[in-house]
Amino acid sequence: MESRLRVLLLTTVIALAGVALSGCALWPFGRHHAADSSPTEASDASGASPSVVDPTVSRRKVKAPKIRSSDFEVGVYAGSYSAQDFGVNPVYGARLAYHISEDFFAEGLIGTSKTGLTSYEELSGSSALLTDSERKLTYYNLGFGYNIFPGEVFIGRNRAFNSAVYVIGGVGATKFGGSTHFTVMAGAGYRLLLTDRIAAHLDIRDHVFQNDLLGYQKTVHNLESTLGVTTYF
Amino acid sequence: MTSQWCTRALLPVGFLLAWATAAQPPAEKPRALDAAHFVEVSVDDPYLEMRTGPGRGYPITRVVPRGERVDVLMRRTDWYKVRDDQGKEGWVDREHMERTLLASGDRLKLDDPARRDYERSPWEIGFQTGNFGGGNVNAAYAGYAINDNLSVETGVEQALGNSSTSVLGTISLSHTFVPRWRISPFVDIGTGVVRISPKAVIVEPPLRREQLGFWGVGAKAYLSRRFMFRADYRSYLIFTQSAQNEDRREWKAGFAFFF
Repeated sequence: MESRLRVLLLTTVIALAGVALSGCALWPFGRHHAADSSPTEASDASGASPSVVDPTVSRRKVKAPKIRSSDFEVGVYAGSYSAQDFGVNPVYGARLAYHISEDFFAEGLIGTSKTGLTSYEELSGSSALLTDSERKLTYYNLGFGYNIFPGEVFIGRNRAFNSAVYVIGGVGATKFGGSTHFTVMAGAGYRLLLTDRIAAHLDIRDHVFQNDLLGYQKTVHNLESTLGVTTYF
Repeated sequence: MTSQWCTRALLPVGFLLAWATAAQPPAEKPRALDAAHFVEVSVDDPYLEMRTGPGRGYPITRVVPRGERVDVLMRRTDWYKVRDDQGKEGWVDREHMERTLLASGDRLKLDDPARRDYERSPWEIGFQTGNFGGGNVNAAYAGYAINDNLSVETGVEQALGNSSTSVLGTISLSHTFVPRWRISPFVDIGTGVVRISPKAVIVEPPLRREQLGFWGVGAKAYLSRRFMFRADYRSYLIFTQSAQNEDRREWKAGFAFFF
């Protein structure tokens, strides 16, 4: 009698466990909220009625739509370049920048200037220290910029232009006086966006390098101030 | 004299400015004309904030309520320029842009040059500076990944020493051990040519063109977006026409983009 009771109890437990397990299998855990709202679905799910979720439907792939980007900035500039001992002269150049974030940008520059006479050459009137080709100065520079003061400027009542004051620094080389010198550049600039794609720039840069044109090694600081225009693409 | 070169210098800039401002299209075009070129999304957040510029500090001048549609005109860094139904334009940040819906009802998915792409992007362009045999060196290189580990690279370097200026052109094969590591070491081996122009004040020694070979080690460190930092050491052997070959050691560091 006792063993029959035990068998009965065991079979009940197994049957219950079986029902519970099958229930769990048919009932996805992620849909608990549905169970709360309609408890009758349990009997539907275990029956032969069509399932709510069709497993053969694959997830649709959403492609990133093409949005025009304009992280690059290309342009030209002109201004004055003060070559230490060789006078202040016009300079022309081109720049390419890549805006990494709203704060940082990478920038490449190439520029050229024709330097003048030293005071000694002008006073003595005859002996030239450099040939014409040696007097030509060209430089390239690669560096980073940081927009320290982004903002807006207001011209009149109805016009607002985005702008930024930035600092720049980089390394490059300057070819001058018959040799090429490793150059460190530091400076600051102001960018005024005339439209979202066109900007005007005002830059002050200091090009620092060592040369031995006057017979001994010395560090020269060549200050450059330029105005430029760029376009974003 | 001064005013003359000033005019000469400023003339092209003035001309370009004039051209640039003249060439720009009218600010607000009729919507129907160019709507087809832009991605149209509808606002899914309670509202979408439009700023006057692509930066966190610019003021919010317009709020587009949920359900209304905007055209996405362009992207600059992580900011998107949008135009609403009334033709008003403004800038929206990436985080908010990603919570808008396409016409299909899907969330707008935006290209994100994240680290995942860094491992997959085959092209790499970088600029470095450092020391070559005691003098300064500036270098630029481009690389193409053949597979996860191997890439072919070509570079141009300008070594600016006290006694000479050299220009190197190199081609090399680089092996990255574990590309998925955030700081990832690599080795490379390559060959190239060097043009050495000695500096001399009195007698100009002749230009030399030599072949070279090198091996190197280095590491790349992923920074963010399309950027990484890269530093390497290289040991060069210059095969000279004289009895003895020359050794040069070089280390350099810089930044690289991948795309």
